[in-house]
Amino acid sequence: MPPLFAEFDWFNLGQQTINGLQFGALVALIALGYTMVYGIVELINFAHGDLFMLGCFLALTVCGWFGLADATVADAPLWKLAVTVGLAVVLVPLFCAALNVGVDRMVYRPLRTAPKLAPLVSAIGVSFVFMNVGLFWGGSQSVDFPKVLEASEAHVLGDPPPSAATAGDPTEQKKTRNLLGPNSKLEITSRHLLVFGVTVPLMIALTLFVKRTTTGRAMRAVAQNPAAARLMGINTDRVIAITFAIGGALAGFGSVVYTLTINSVNYQMGFQNGLYAFTAAVLGGIGNIPGAVLGGLVIGLVRSLGSAYIGETWSGALIFVVLIVILVFRPTGLLGSRVREKV
Amino acid sequence: MKPTYGPSWPLALLLVCALYPLFPAVDTQLLRLTGRSLGDQMPTLFIFAVLALALNVVVGYVGILHLGIAAFFGLGAYVTGILTVPAYPFEMGFYVAVVAATLVGALFGFLIGVPTLRLRGDYLALVTLGFGEVVRFSLRNLDAITAGTRGLNPVPPPVVPGLSLQWETDFRPFYYLTLLFLAGVYLLLSGLERSRLGRAWVAIREDELAANCMGLNTGRLKLAAFVLSAALAGLAGCLYATKYTSTGFPDAYDFNRSVFMLCCLILGGIGSRNGVLLGVTLLFAFEYLLSPVVDERLQAMVGPPSEKTVDLFGGYTVTFAKEMQTFAGWRLFVFGVVLILMMRFRPAGLLPANRVKEELQTPAAPPVASNDGGAA
Repeated sequence: MPPLFAEFDWFNLGQQTINGLQFGALVALIALGYTMVYGIVELINFAHGDLFMLGCFLALTVCGWFGLADATVADAPLWKLAVTVGLAVVLVPLFCAALNVGVDRMVYRPLRTAPKLAPLVSAIGVSFVFMNVGLFWGGSQSVDFPKVLEASEAHVLGDPPPSAATAGDPTEQKKTRNLLGPNSKLEITSRHLLVFGVTVPLMIALTLFVKRTTTGRAMRAVAQNPAAARLMGINTDRVIAITFAIGGALAGFGSVVYTLTINSVNYQMGFQNGLYAFTAAVLGGIGNIPGAVLGGLVIGLVRSLGSAYIGETWSGALIFVVLIVILVFRPTGLLGSRVREKV
Repeated sequence: MKPTYGPSWPLALLLVCALYPLFPAVDTQLLRLTGRSLGDQMPTLFIFAVLALALNVVVGYVGILHLGIAAFFGLGAYVTGILTVPAYPFEMGFYVAVVAATLVGALFGFLIGVPTLRLRGDYLALVTLGFGEVVRFSLRNLDAITAGTRGLNPVPPPVVPGLSLQWETDFRPFYYLTLLFLAGVYLLLSGLERSRLGRAWVAIREDELAANCMGLNTGRLKLAAFVLSAALAGLAGCLYATKYTSTGFPDAYDFNRSVFMLCCLILGGIGSRNGVLLGVTLLFAFEYLLSPVVDERLQAMVGPPSEKTVDLFGGYTVTFAKEMQTFAGWRLFVFGVVLILMMRFRPAGLLPANRVKEELQTPAAPPVASNDGGAA
């Protein structure tokens, strides 16, 4: 704990804020999948985090196809890196979307009329099955994801100039370069740019889709009242499938960005990250798309500032405290509207 | 409806369980065959059965999805640890600890229940999950109190005046101790089910709004169930710590434990005491008896699991992970599939409670939301 009246390190606060927003944007991407599915079928899709985890393993496998591993990635030519990332960006969201739709078709759809807790329990079951698949796919240990981003950066910008503080330290060579210059006290790297460069356009596209297109309008109608939407000639099953597809695809984009920026994958990552995302969705007001983004950013900040000023080991608990406090005092979230219970 | 008296087979089962240790030859035979003593494992099963019955109060009777029962279990274990281990000045022994663990469980159930029980079902599930994780993180991080990941030990066994029992070498004292507690909890709950309180809980499960309109104080009733469940879980935690002479690793009280318990309920039959006992027995047998024994046999036959690469066609190879070749590697898969299939095909469980079965058979939902193959 820093002494109370010591000189406050504003740069550290700024840096933690930037990092927090970066992680928060990622969380928001996953949270969107939760919030959209909940908005439409009132199901907490417990398996969503594990879907994201499987997406990460697929990204790892795609790297494997091109012979990229953590040890060899620095020597790979730029075209190979570009093709790998390009393929992953197409394949992983498709895979996650297809998987999500398949699970909805096989598991959740038969339970639409069942008591509300039945699909939730099934979702926990799906999450377990996904986790076991992840265990078989990647083993029980964490796997290092090849540092594709750093390697590409070295190709485009040339080898990083060693900064005075870290010269001669081999572990520091691998770090992403600071785009604000080697001596700046704040650090913005290509990771930050990548995360925001992917998440912000996706969120804008999603908002436009839901607000402007016919399918988007159908989605909002189903969310409001499925029976009435049906009577108006909307194919609710199709709309629900599309929602699951979009949610899955967003998780897939999240997986690609996550693996590129946080270079470690293991089969249990879905649970923790899924809970972060779910907390974000609830925090923003579940079923509310801008709310999920806002919630994600807040969660990212809480985690980042919490680990910086309270302690790394407590940041996990802190997130849940936030979740409980929000649910107790404002169960509709920051942007949600109050829903009266139907008789 | 004619009054139905519970089948007498639970009593018969109790009798079998009570008589089992009197025939040590059976146990030694099993030990020789499988390498593990059934009598040594049974107390753990009884403890988990108490925990499952505790969870059943909230999930089965009141119909609240509770995903953090392991937290109360862990609290009970740690209270026992703090009150009995020599590292602390208390050293009060088992009897004080068992009461304290139950009371502390109840207290925490009360504290977490008061503000949260007015939440909707799925939100409440998340709060219980969150509470469970907060407790686990706290047990892990409050190193000065809980000894972090090392656990508090040794927890001494109970002292029975006038008897010198070999708790370490003989499985029978723990066997009877835990069986006694299980039978007590079972009887308590069977009485409660028929009481005014138990019937009010079922009314809430069937329709909370209607129950409220009929003048039931649903908030207070739900709180009562939550507190009772937490107290029984605390009791189970105390027994667990005593059985293993240690509070163990904080991760023993994590989300997986809670879901394991939930699986037991769903498999056996939510809201049915006998169903819960069946569910806990089946999953316990799978996890702690069948899967280690099968794995040992497998290893003895084909050697230790290793990564195998199989050439499929055209030089495309598939690598089978080590985990795939062990029986235990499939456990998450088995639990997941059990949950999915039970919810789909037998939502009332293998041994359903009569009332739950009736509820699920009557068409509850209006037909507008049902699927007719996408008419639009």
